[in-house]
Amino acid sequence: MKMLLIRYKYFLILLVINIAVYGLSPSVGQKSIDITWSNTVEMLSVIPPIFILLGLLDVWVKRETMIKLMGEKSGILGILIAFFLGSAAAGPLYAAFPIAGVLLQKGSKFSNILIFMGAWSTTKIPMLLFEASSMGWEFTMARFVINIPGIMLIAYVTERLLNEKEKQYIYDSAGSI
Amino acid sequence: MFTILMYIVAFGFLVLSFIKDKKKTLLALKKAWKSFENILPQFLAILVIIGIMLAVLSPEVISGLIGEESGWFGMLIASLVGSVTLIPGFVAFPLASALLKGGAGLMQIAVFISTLMMVGIVTIPLEVKYFGKKAALLRNSLAFAFSFIVAIAIGVVLR
Repeated sequence: MKMLLIRYKYFLILLVINIAVYGLSPSVGQKSIDITWSNTVEMLSVIPPIFILLGLLDVWVKRETMIKLMGEKSGILGILIAFFLGSAAAGPLYAAFPIAGVLLQKGSKFSNILIFMGAWSTTKIPMLLFEASSMGWEFTMARFVINIPGIMLIAYVTERLLNEKEKQYIYDSAGSI
Repeated sequence: MFTILMYIVAFGFLVLSFIKDKKKTLLALKKAWKSFENILPQFLAILVIIGIMLAVLSPEVISGLIGEESGWFGMLIASLVGSVTLIPGFVAFPLASALLKGGAGLMQIAVFISTLMMVGIVTIPLEVKYFGKKAALLRNSLAFAFSFIVAIAIGVVLR
């Protein structure tokens, strides 16, 4: 019980803040509760299949396979798979972190994981359709075209700026989560 | 709609896995639950922060800050708002389109959308948990800088 309280302390503190906001300004507080509630419902509806796939991936895909597909020597194939996996996903970016963790643990190259997250954040196919319908195709395509090299650049630069020790630490901690 | 597709795919693989190996499937489900429960505290905290933030930063407030004439300052504000807020896409795009009609500038909106999707200040603690401090900070700062390039490119292409 006490452990539970400690684990959820930030959540509980924030709830208290929200209640305080409600006391100061009921309309803002109410709006905040509504938004939180609708986001929670959205998260809970999007997340189950993601985590089920994550569990299956963890159990069925061998480390050697993953290294071949997305590992250090996977080259262009690894990049394409990373783009595809990220683009085919649904859900907010923070839902991608646990998946990225499992992919790392299975031996994927770090820059491929960064590409995966870049794709997840901006080139998701369902999101692109949605973007086009509200912002127009020109806006969407312009953003898409510049995002592809941008994602790769961010991945490459981030990987280059980390030294071996830091990368090893990331791989080790991915295994422990 | 796309979520339903995800459910179908996940369920299909689950059934397939169950037919092939019951034990492994149960283990997979256990792992799925464990990794979910592991980040649930952060998830919930993030959801409440987003709620409070979006309640304070209403569309009217945002569009007042990032109007057509707001220039670089407006872009900076837009990028900061985009970085700290976390809005699901199906809310963000109609919002962006409404902000545009409400007088926000195109480049400001572009930088807002780009940071919104790529930069997550609120989720940094979670990201650090998976990738360490340096990688998480690097990824977010590079994405932040890149969002300005996206905005400038869009400004050039669409004007």
